[in-house]
This record gives sequence, structure tokens and C-alpha cells, in this order.
Amino acid sequence: MSNKTDSNSYTIIFAIVMVIVVGSLLAFTASSLKPNIKENERMEKQQNILYAMGVNENEEGSITFISTEKVAEAFSTKISEQIVLEVKDGKILKEMNRDEFMAANNNKEPYLIDIKKQQTRAKNGKSRFLPLFKGQQEGNTVYVAPIRGNGLWDAIWGYVALDTDMIIKGVFFDHAGETPGLGANIKQRYFMDDFYGEKLLTEAGVFKGITVAKGNNDPKNEDKDDYEVDALAGATITGDGVSAMIKKDLKLYLPYFKNLKK
Amino acid sequence: MGLLSKKDAKLITDPLADNNPITIQVLGICSALAITAELKASLVMGIAVLFVLGVGNVVISLMRNIIPSKIRIIVQLIVVASLVIIVDQVLKAFAYELSKTLSVFIGLIITNCIIMGRFEAFALGNGPWKSFLDGIGNALGYAVILLIVGFFRELLGSGTLFGIPVLGDPIEKTGLYATGYENNGFMLMPPMALIIVGLIIWVQRSRNKALIED
Repeated sequence: MSNKTDSNSYTIIFAIVMVIVVGSLLAFTASSLKPNIKENERMEKQQNILYAMGVNENEEGSITFISTEKVAEAFSTKISEQIVLEVKDGKILKEMNRDEFMAANNNKEPYLIDIKKQQTRAKNGKSRFLPLFKGQQEGNTVYVAPIRGNGLWDAIWGYVALDTDMIIKGVFFDHAGETPGLGANIKQRYFMDDFYGEKLLTEAGVFKGITVAKGNNDPKNEDKDDYEVDALAGATITGDGVSAMIKKDLKLYLPYFKNLKK
Repeated sequence: MGLLSKKDAKLITDPLADNNPITIQVLGICSALAITAELKASLVMGIAVLFVLGVGNVVISLMRNIIPSKIRIIVQLIVVASLVIIVDQVLKAFAYELSKTLSVFIGLIITNCIIMGRFEAFALGNGPWKSFLDGIGNALGYAVILLIVGFFRELLGSGTLFGIPVLGDPIEKTGLYATGYENNGFMLMPPMALIIVGLIIWVQRSRNKALIED
């Protein structure tokens, strides 16, 4: 290597030029692809919500969302109402339908509400929005609620379809970076399907939630009254994260479901 | 191999066996432990590293005469990080499903020591074509070990290959499970990958005594 490339001034100039070139290259890539990425993320949210409700193209053992061509139409026909609850300290301050919410929030669709931001608001003692998507499943009304929590490495989230008694009628889980083959299996059909039919409330109507439990002697998950779902091997922390987000986030909806019963 | 001279061909074949990045150079062990619990993840990671190492080696090789030696490690890191980010963004925009599968690996690729190791040891001192071959060769050598480890871990740990059950149904007790066979959940834990890599090293060195160091 020549002496020229070893001098301090060359090193500094090289560093500056490189930072500018790489920085603008990345900024250009990110901003030119942003509309496409946003659109993909929007469709994915719709697919996830519909999946939890049971609107999907699953075959034996697989997870297949409704296709991206059909999702917009299915979302507008299958979801009869998008409800947004404004809650604080476990009390519902306000209940809005889609139009009311969009009028008050820059025309933002309720299903695009960022759950992470809302959780931060609640943590800071402010009121938060809880979206809820109403639809039909086999002639019964179901409500899909989003949940979000932490797994082992990164965020995990999901959508849970509940009937009016808060019995689970379908779930969808996803994760940002759980270990493939271990925690990432919360996204597998055999794990998600176990939640179907599980109850969140006790006989007396108290919120109990569901625990992802090791060794519950029910690997086929036939007992739907045990408030437990069989855990995944080697994914204890991710499983605990799933239990925690179900208990914490779905409990917030309890006042709404209690009002429905009245 | 009419296309390649003997010397060039060696750049590809050497890392597959006698100079394997994982078993001989002992690079890239961390990701080999993290993602080999299933075969599909091993394959995806192998392909991702193949791409990044092939392109990255060429980029570094082209820049080798202008990179200041004092900050060369940082320059290498920036090249690999930007490559990975650009690929990730493009996939997110045009192949969203695939990018979901890959998202876990993005961080692992950037920190993969094979990549930095080959930049430093080869691309900085050789021309672009040779560096490209070296990158492809080392990535293939890495992928081979990943696939072997993934094969055993998924087969013995979950009884599946690429997610398809091959030994029967462990809950319904069909196939091999009818004889009382059980999946070894321990195989899904990262330490077992280390043991399998150790076994591969043992087999390889007992067949080729020249590889044994003092």
C-alpha cells in the first residue's frame, strides 16, 4: 500500500466521502421504495386480521393468507365495523366508529393504529386507543383485537378473534426476530390452532387469560377449560411473552365485552 | 470446469472441504449455532451469505487500492451493512413474503465473521474475479456445514425435514413413534449444533491427517 493512503488527511477525506456516498445511497433506496413497502405492510395487516377471523386460504397444516389481490375487497366486506375505544385506567372514555375516528385522526384507518405507540401512551398515564374489528364467523359475531408484547429477542404481536363471551375463535401471531425452529414457531399452525375455543373468562366472568404452559398433560389440547395451551419446546421466554400479551392486552377490552352482555 | 483455470477452481473447491470456513477456519460459528434448528432456515441463510459474500468481496476488491489501511475494518463493515440493508429494502418492496422469512437473518449476516474474515484475508489483496470465486467458495462451504447440521437437528429434534414430517406423527404415535421412539428436544438447543460441528470436525480430521494441528 502506498504512503498516500496512509496519511491522516487522506483517511479523513475518504471517510467523509464514503459516509456521504453510502448515506445518500441508502436514503435514496429507502425513500424511493417507501410507498411500496407501506402498501405491503398495509395489506399484511389486513391479511393478519382476516386470518385471525378465519378468512384465509389454509390447506392442511399450512398458513396461507387470503391473496393480496383479494384482500382489500375481503377486508371491506368481511369486517362490518371498525370500532375504536378510547380507554384510560380500565375505563372506556369514548367509543368511536370508523368515520368518527378517521375524522378526528387525519383520515387514518383504525386498523393502522400503531399498538406500540398506544402502549407507550398508556404507560405515560395518557388515554389510549383500542381498535376492534367486528365480523361474522359461522353466523356468530366475532371481534378481532390486536395484541403486542415482547418475546426473547424482539417484539411479538398478534390478532385474536373473540366471540361475545370472550372465547377465542382464532388467533394469528407474528414476531420480529424470534429464533427459527424455536420461538419462531409461535407462527406455526399447530401452535396457533391450539388457541381455538380457549376461554379467557372464568365462570364468574373474571378475566383469567391463557397461559402457555409446559407439561400441562394436554398435548392435543382437548381440554378447553384449563386456561392453558401446550408450550413449544425450547421457547420458554417466547411462550411467556405470548401469555403476557394475551393477559395484558386483552384484559383492556373486558369492559367493552361486559357492556355487550348488558 | 473448462471455464476456470485450475487455480481458480481451487478457490471454490478448497473452502468446501480442506479449508472449510466453519470446520477449519472456525469462522461463522455463531450463526451456525443460532439458526440450524431447521433445514429451511439453514438453506435461506446459506443463500443470503452466498449473495452478500460474493458481491461484498468484489466491492472490497475493487476498492482495495484506495481504502486507507487505518480504517479498513470500518469500511468493510459499512460495505456489508449497506449491501444487506439495500437487499432487505428491495425485498420488502417487491418480495414481501420472502423478506419476512429473511428478517431474522439480516443482523446475523452483518455480524457474520466469515464475511469480514474473507474481506480482510482475501479481497483486500486480490483482484475482483478471484475475490468473487473465493466469496462463492467460502459461502458454499459455510452453507454445506449449515445444511448438514440443520439436517441432523431437525430430523432428530422435530422428526421433520423442511417442515415435512418424515418419521410419523409424534402425537398420534404413528410411523417410527409407534415403536416408542421420541423426538430429542435437546437437539433444538443451540449447544447441540456445537456438538454436531465438533463431530464433523472429528470425522474430517480423522480422514485427512494433514488437517490436524499440533
